[in-house]
Amino acid sequence: MSAYAAVRIPSPALLGARSAGEKPYAPFVSCPAAHGLHRTHLRSTRLGRPLLAVSSDVLSGQKSLGSNSSPSHHAVVSREEALVLYEDMVLGRVFEDMCAQMYYRGKMFGFVHLYNGQEAVSTGFIKLLETRDSVVSTYRDHVHALSKGVPARAVMAELFGKATGCCRGQGGSMHMFSAPHNLLGGFAFIGEGIPVATGAAFSSKYRHEVLKESNPNGLDVTVAFFGDGTCNNGQFFECLNMAQLWKLPIVFVVENNLWAIGMSHLRATSDPEIWKKGPAFGMPGVPVDGMDVLKVREVAMEAIGRARSGEGPTLVECETYRFRGHSLADPDELRKPDEKAHYAARDPIITLKKYILENGLASETELKAIEKKIDELIEDAVEFADSSPPPPRSQLLENVFADPKGFGIGPDGKYRCEDPKFTEGTAQV
Amino acid sequence: MAAALQTAALLSASSNLIDPQRFRVGLSARSLIGRRGSIFVVRSDGRTSGFFNAKSRSGNLITNAVATKADASTSSTASKPGHELLLFEALREGLEEEMDRDPHVCVMGEDVGHYGGSYKVTKGLATKYGDLRVLDTPIAENSFTGMGIGAAMTGLRPVVEGMNMGFLLLAFNQISNNCGMLHYTSGGQFKIPIVIRGPGGVGRQLGAEHSQRLESYFQSIPGLQMVACSTAYNAKGLMKAAIRSENPVVLFEHVLLYNLKERIPDEEYVLCLEEAEMVRPGEHITILTYSRMRYHVMQAVKTLVNKGYDPEVIDIRSLKPFDLYTIGNSVKKTHRVLIVEECMRTGGIGSSLRAAIIDNFWDYLDAPIMCLSSQDVPTPYAGTLEEWTVVQPAQIVAAVEQLCQ
Repeated sequence: MSAYAAVRIPSPALLGARSAGEKPYAPFVSCPAAHGLHRTHLRSTRLGRPLLAVSSDVLSGQKSLGSNSSPSHHAVVSREEALVLYEDMVLGRVFEDMCAQMYYRGKMFGFVHLYNGQEAVSTGFIKLLETRDSVVSTYRDHVHALSKGVPARAVMAELFGKATGCCRGQGGSMHMFSAPHNLLGGFAFIGEGIPVATGAAFSSKYRHEVLKESNPNGLDVTVAFFGDGTCNNGQFFECLNMAQLWKLPIVFVVENNLWAIGMSHLRATSDPEIWKKGPAFGMPGVPVDGMDVLKVREVAMEAIGRARSGEGPTLVECETYRFRGHSLADPDELRKPDEKAHYAARDPIITLKKYILENGLASETELKAIEKKIDELIEDAVEFADSSPPPPRSQLLENVFADPKGFGIGPDGKYRCEDPKFTEGTAQV
Repeated sequence: MAAALQTAALLSASSNLIDPQRFRVGLSARSLIGRRGSIFVVRSDGRTSGFFNAKSRSGNLITNAVATKADASTSSTASKPGHELLLFEALREGLEEEMDRDPHVCVMGEDVGHYGGSYKVTKGLATKYGDLRVLDTPIAENSFTGMGIGAAMTGLRPVVEGMNMGFLLLAFNQISNNCGMLHYTSGGQFKIPIVIRGPGGVGRQLGAEHSQRLESYFQSIPGLQMVACSTAYNAKGLMKAAIRSENPVVLFEHVLLYNLKERIPDEEYVLCLEEAEMVRPGEHITILTYSRMRYHVMQAVKTLVNKGYDPEVIDIRSLKPFDLYTIGNSVKKTHRVLIVEECMRTGGIGSSLRAAIIDNFWDYLDAPIMCLSSQDVPTPYAGTLEEWTVVQPAQIVAAVEQLCQ
């Protein structure tokens, strides 16, 4: 039976049973999606539920069922697929580690939010997407961009503020875009990407139903990534409502890393089980061990399939953890060492490596070769970024308006953009 | 609430342009319709039935029509070509023509579909184009505006209606950070061809929150274009131009202007978004205005002409960027400038416009620029207080007399 089935929207009868005091779903810690039919029955009364049993199993003192997973529960992956996943996760990790180095060396500035520890989420979802599918990210967007296929050179150059960056140096760490890869951004404020993602999903449905652009593979899918902190923001709820109302082809992916900067998820959220907010809007909600790429992938496959076939949105809550502070400017004083150690032991890259080796999908040497290849790729990206030119001054006023007439009409009656001095950046706008 | 707004607009639209006191209360919609025949109609080219001298009737005043034909200079008598409609119907006609022309054009907002829009700008469109193209959204301004932006990034050309302009404050983050900035931050990769439109301005005792003057709020958002319509003719032409623009455009409509009647050409026309409109050429002073204040200015002009003044009236229309070409030529001719706006006094359109004129045309000025704006107060409910909030024709007359001393 599909792991997914365990968390399908309950029938009315089930809902009734739930309201009568029986809770049909497993709590987060038991990772029901990853364990198929594993369900625990807890008392549904809010006060009766042990609050700390949610989210961080370190805090609850329970052993994580997700960390000592047995291969038999995993979706079958081929050797090729496993290596793609491994390479993508290593790419994300090495890239981010390099970003930290470059930041401390003064090569990049501003707020830099690193993705270390959460790789299984980006890789697990995005590697299942096609180019025509869209990804909407947050301020922690480097690795989503990389997974979607944006070259490491372009991302690194963007971080260096160079003209060769994926946004010509005009976006920066929190504003990564790539039209050819349908990466719709890099949204630096909490929650604002979710409506944009919903709009992209609306476009997909519109192309299918109004423009009659038929695609044998189904609808283009949009995946929106955001964190646990965002799930207390109105835009999250508004868009869950609209997406389900119109059955939009979108997957809402919560990267619950338990901390919104310094605000613990448990201190911020009345009911910390975010996935349960899906069924509240009539869509499936699925919790998954976000430290295990194969489990993420299994859930992602079903959610993306649902979206593609027109069955509507899905809310997926991935339990994950960032191995670094909120940003490189964060002193990270609030997270306890035992909590960090616990998640470090569940490092998604090590988990996948172990799985690959235990199942004989590849040898240690082959994995080493991938790591070496990525190291070289990142070195090359840094060299490329470092040697790229900074944007010329003339670029300052470009791209403010897509239609340059917006710059206004000059005293000579011509559009100001036609002024020869305009591209030198000296024309007054 | 929407119904209440609509009734307020119906009751107070065209009528109060002539006499703000006249139809204040107790006037039924039916009696208003009965009076429509006698309602003062200001043409987009500045000609009002019998108000102005022959000079202002010259046929070459419209410089702004891109695709229109000479028909725009016909007089307003019923025997002439064209068709007569109300401003909200002109907006609807423009929208419908664009939806016919381009299947990527869609509408989203609160009550735009089955209800037809709180001011009926989208009436009947849902029936014609279906619920997906004319999308009734839940009351979630930030999210449906953001959704419009996402749709625009991915190939559609959405027209997002704010049921009332004030509601767009709830979508301010999406309008500012996404609408305005995404084209730039993406290094030019993504375009946001969205139109955000809706009724704004001080209405008829709608209370503070529904009587917002938001131009000042939006004007400093980089990447956002702003245009204000004031006649049925320019409403249609600007709507079409805004939809066709690759830029995000905010189209300001005014709650009290929806029922203005005008004869507009049968032929298709599109206006230039960036061009000001010469309403009345004159020699003594340049009066720059837009939206509803155009009519207060024209009322004042009537008095001023009788007193022997010959003011030039320009409806700036493009609130960002300013058409400094048209404005500059006028300043060079009259050497005196009066700005009349409904925007807030502090940091408003008038302030920016005054700065732009001083920066560019200082040497041509013979007198300080005067700017009559509405008061920096939350719009009060009481009719008398509300009236004193916005600029009245008598103030305009006094200001011109002072400037032309």
